[in-house]
Amino acid sequence: MPECNDYDCTDTLRELELFLDHELSDIAREGIHAHLAGCPDCLQAFDFHAELKTVIAAKCQSDEMPPGLLAKIQRCFGDPNDA
Amino acid sequence: MADRAEFAEQAMQYAPQLYSAALRMTRNAADAEDLVQETYLRAWRSFNTFQEGTNLRAWLYRILTNSFINTYRAKQRRPDETGMDNIEDLYLYRRLNTLDNALGSRSAEDTMFELFTDDEVKQALEDLPENFRLPVLLAEVQGFSYKEIAEILDIPIGTVMSRLHRGRKGMHKLLYDFASERGLISQSAASGSDSSPITDSDHA
Repeated sequence: MPECNDYDCTDTLRELELFLDHELSDIAREGIHAHLAGCPDCLQAFDFHAELKTVIAAKCQSDEMPPGLLAKIQRCFGDPNDA
Repeated sequence: MADRAEFAEQAMQYAPQLYSAALRMTRNAADAEDLVQETYLRAWRSFNTFQEGTNLRAWLYRILTNSFINTYRAKQRRPDETGMDNIEDLYLYRRLNTLDNALGSRSAEDTMFELFTDDEVKQALEDLPENFRLPVLLAEVQGFSYKEIAEILDIPIGTVMSRLHRGRKGMHKLLYDFASERGLISQSAASGSDSSPITDSDHA
């Protein structure tokens, strides 16, 4: 019987996004980990996308809030009845 | 949540990230500022519908997203989604990998960090058609789960997954195009790539 967590390169790369998004089941994660441990090519692809994800998240949040916005927001928290 | 004062205090901590998200949505600082204010105003008014113990951050993003869709989407050019499906998987990786082999190893994260400017990464996200931009923004930048994104956008999880997949590919292609335009990636490494921006429209 083939093992259910016997992931080849195609299976592994197909799950790349779900893996990096932490959306895989524990069993599937283990299967991917097992494959990556023995496959430098897939590991490189996973590392690349993990880095890219980190870089995108950091750079897309590097915005300065305009001065005064916090004060304007505070003013939104006024009397709820005057809404 | 005990009272409104506590709610206000807890909600305020999300202002910087909501502002960033609003900027990516509206692509305009003045509109982003208005959108964030509108979000807080709506949140404050519907405070009594917020269920204590549920995710305040996800709730605020849902209000932000709905406000954006209701108020700003009509103002924006209808995005052209053609070209989103012609990008193969691992697009950027395969091309930069070729480049790596030509230039020698590139491993540290700070190198990846320096590969693209902040503005290029923001632009690549903002250039995505809205149907793809919102899931990518919520997953890639804000770290929401697929289930949370499905609830925020009110679409099925399967749709979240397919839009996220296509949106990421589109974004990666734009990043590659920016790097190519800057001459960072040589023409030899770039050969075979189609450099047309995916959001370019060809309506008559």
